[in-house]
Amino acid sequence: MATKDEVRQVALLARLSVDEGRLESVTHEFNAILEYVKTLEAVDVDSVEPMSHVHGSVNVFRDDAVMHTLTVEQGLRNAPDRDECSFRVPLVITSQPEE
Amino acid sequence: MNYADLSLEQIRVALNNRDFLSSDLVTYYLDRCAQEASLNCFISLDEDYVRDRAQWADQHIVSGHQTPLLGIPVAIKDLLLVEGLSATAASSMLENFNAPYSATVIHRLIEAGAVIFGKTNMDEFAMGSSNENSAWGPVKNPWNRDAVSGGSSGGSAAAVAAGLCPVSIGTDTGGSIRQPASYCGIVGIKPTYGRVSRYGVIAFASSLDQVGVFARTAIDAARVLQIISGHDPKDSTSVDIAVPDLARSLGDGVAGLRIGVPKEYFIDELNSEIKAIVWEGIRTLEQRGATIVDISLPHTEYAVPTYYIIAPAEAASNLSRYDGVRYGVRAENCEDLLDLYCRSRSNGFGEEVQRRILVGTYVLSQGYYDAYYLRAQKVRRLIANDFKAVFEADCDMIACPTAPTTAFGIGEKTNDPVAMYLNDIFTIPASLAGLPALSVPCGFDSAGMPVGLQLIGKPWEEERILQAAYEYEQATEWHRTRPASA
Repeated sequence: MATKDEVRQVALLARLSVDEGRLESVTHEFNAILEYVKTLEAVDVDSVEPMSHVHGSVNVFRDDAVMHTLTVEQGLRNAPDRDECSFRVPLVITSQPEE
Repeated sequence: MNYADLSLEQIRVALNNRDFLSSDLVTYYLDRCAQEASLNCFISLDEDYVRDRAQWADQHIVSGHQTPLLGIPVAIKDLLLVEGLSATAASSMLENFNAPYSATVIHRLIEAGAVIFGKTNMDEFAMGSSNENSAWGPVKNPWNRDAVSGGSSGGSAAAVAAGLCPVSIGTDTGGSIRQPASYCGIVGIKPTYGRVSRYGVIAFASSLDQVGVFARTAIDAARVLQIISGHDPKDSTSVDIAVPDLARSLGDGVAGLRIGVPKEYFIDELNSEIKAIVWEGIRTLEQRGATIVDISLPHTEYAVPTYYIIAPAEAASNLSRYDGVRYGVRAENCEDLLDLYCRSRSNGFGEEVQRRILVGTYVLSQGYYDAYYLRAQKVRRLIANDFKAVFEADCDMIACPTAPTTAFGIGEKTNDPVAMYLNDIFTIPASLAGLPALSVPCGFDSAGMPVGLQLIGKPWEEERILQAAYEYEQATEWHRTRPASA
């Protein structure tokens, strides 16, 4: 059973902010799902090869050729905030190193 | 004229003979959409775009062009990108997103002359079995407006069932085409994983997602699937294997075909009425010359828990791209980048999407990966091996119910995620194994709600399951029955 603190930690890893008022019910639902998927513990999987893909294809290569891609303008068209040719985000690096 | 009763082939011939124009056809369907707006099938329907496309088709017809879908309207699940149109995935996260390019499926439809006809409602990011997880509200079932349409491709299914468009495109990750097709009383086919390009399809669970078709009949479904199938260098998981002429062999019948009936699909959870209706459908195929074989797929009961580890894990990874930076909504007045990520994502994603991201993140995290994700990948192999074994030894295809119930009431299961997940109990196994599968209408329950018969084929044998569905339609009238309003 995951605790509320653990759910809060997973949410942070997933970059989600769970409202404190909803943490109780989110934890409850989260545990109900985990409880359900735990039924897989009954299956003997020793010596079974994990399956990540149905066709078992490995790497697919293509020629390194110049192709049409989106223009800068097309790429920026849906940006929530931008300047002329880049995405704008809040300040990431401060000018003075923090102590 | 009642355009809604025409097959795609009849429409094609009529357009070619100028019996009516594509512009007439889309006017009829746009009117139908307006009459049935309360079904909530569409997230966006740009009438000018539709009329322009129809006029373009009419001009091409006049100048002697003949392409397979020329002038035929096709509705598109709002998970596929159509350049210049919005693509929301039914999420507030993408409410303002305008697609900068088109999916390969859309390119192929347009090359075939199709009129892209609106973007249909769905569960947010294709996560759901009832179309109730949409930021645009639930889709109503045309057979009973208090019931769900099924999901996640609910809008695409209900639109075809209600006669708002002749055919539509959906996607299926764990049953999102077959289950709503069953609930709405139409044909829905999910092809073999790798048959149709996923390029330009907003990703949910990449090892499972596959694009497919809704139609009233097997032959119409075959004609559209033909167009969208085939290798695409832009999707490295699409497979370079020849696509047969799907319509050509449809009339070959089922004589001599061995159809396996898995005992694990006729369990207690299956409503007894549905059990009887589905068995009657299987008996019909037997009367048409198929041999019915009892088979066992022993790991069936583990399919749903396996899926609800693998799909959320892949979703958590895929949906990390929605960071509020490059596209999608951004929370206001953010303190720093972390705050921007967390609040943008929590504001933009609905409850079920956040729930699955949490579960997916958890099962991939250090300390839990082996116990959950790796174990699920191993059980997935066992489930796929079950199918491989019966296809090698016992049967050419499998027949079973599409869903354990008919369409349930709107709001009935929204508070119990696990109960909702169990709707997918019969569709998930074929998804995990990557097999082609379809749902064809096979009757109605005592409340008058449609029941679907699921046919699951060997890899790349869409042709054969369509053939069996076509043969079934020749013996029955279910596919001709329409909801009162359609």
